[in-house]
Amino acid sequence: MPPTAINLDLTFRALADPTRRSIVERLSRGQASVSELAQPYGMSLPAIVQHLAMLEESGLVRSEKIGRVRTCRIEPAALSLAEQWFNQRREEWDERLDRLGEHLKRFPDGEPK
Amino acid sequence: MIDKAQSNRSVAHGVFTIERTYQSVTPQRVFDAFASAEGKNNWFTAPNDRWVIVERTMDFRVGGRERLKGQWNTGTVTEFDATYFDIVPGERIVYAYEMHLDERKISVSLATFEFKPMGTGTKLIMTEQGAFLDGYDDSGSRESGSRDLIDKLSAYLES
Repeated sequence: MPPTAINLDLTFRALADPTRRSIVERLSRGQASVSELAQPYGMSLPAIVQHLAMLEESGLVRSEKIGRVRTCRIEPAALSLAEQWFNQRREEWDERLDRLGEHLKRFPDGEPK
Repeated sequence: MIDKAQSNRSVAHGVFTIERTYQSVTPQRVFDAFASAEGKNNWFTAPNDRWVIVERTMDFRVGGRERLKGQWNTGTVTEFDATYFDIVPGERIVYAYEMHLDERKISVSLATFEFKPMGTGTKLIMTEQGAFLDGYDDSGSRESGSRDLIDKLSAYLES
């Protein structure tokens, strides 16, 4: 996936898990190797790698293997763009559709004349 | 050397779906709230104490256009400009729209609304697919922005 192509559904799915959110939080403070990321969770390396794969698929995280060490970092562009979408569309529509619900409750039989 | 304006060009493709169930109203009734400016103005526009409508037109038919231009009390002008592509009364609406924020074109999107009977009520499924243009935020540090975002998303997902 090119760095500027994001899928919000993937982003939300990736962030719906507390371990993955915590990984993103950790990476937002600076890059880290996979084993450094695995340490605080008492998880197996393959389990962490699976979480990282989902984060990479969502475009939130990038990794690069240098020698035998895989280093992960946050992809700020994806976050910035995800934030734009999140704030300006989803929230807007959430509010609108709530207002629509209130409107329908007031006028269940049709538009007011 | 890369031109500054050119280096800021970007496009992100996004898609999201929102579902709502409205109790005790028919799909036709919910559809009707989308079908006229009078109906739509009751819920579609921003809260009126912080925002005034500058321009409003609506031609609800396939090929017809809808425009909504407004100004926030902060001075920011927003512009919504849509063209209807598919209208099935009581069942479905599809329109494409562009959004402007002041002079900036920020997105071009396709919005689909499906109205489905659900018991005595209606399930509304809204899907937006869009191209978000030049969306990079150049102000402040992206790293700290990222942390703020995670906080916000976490709060949202845990609520």
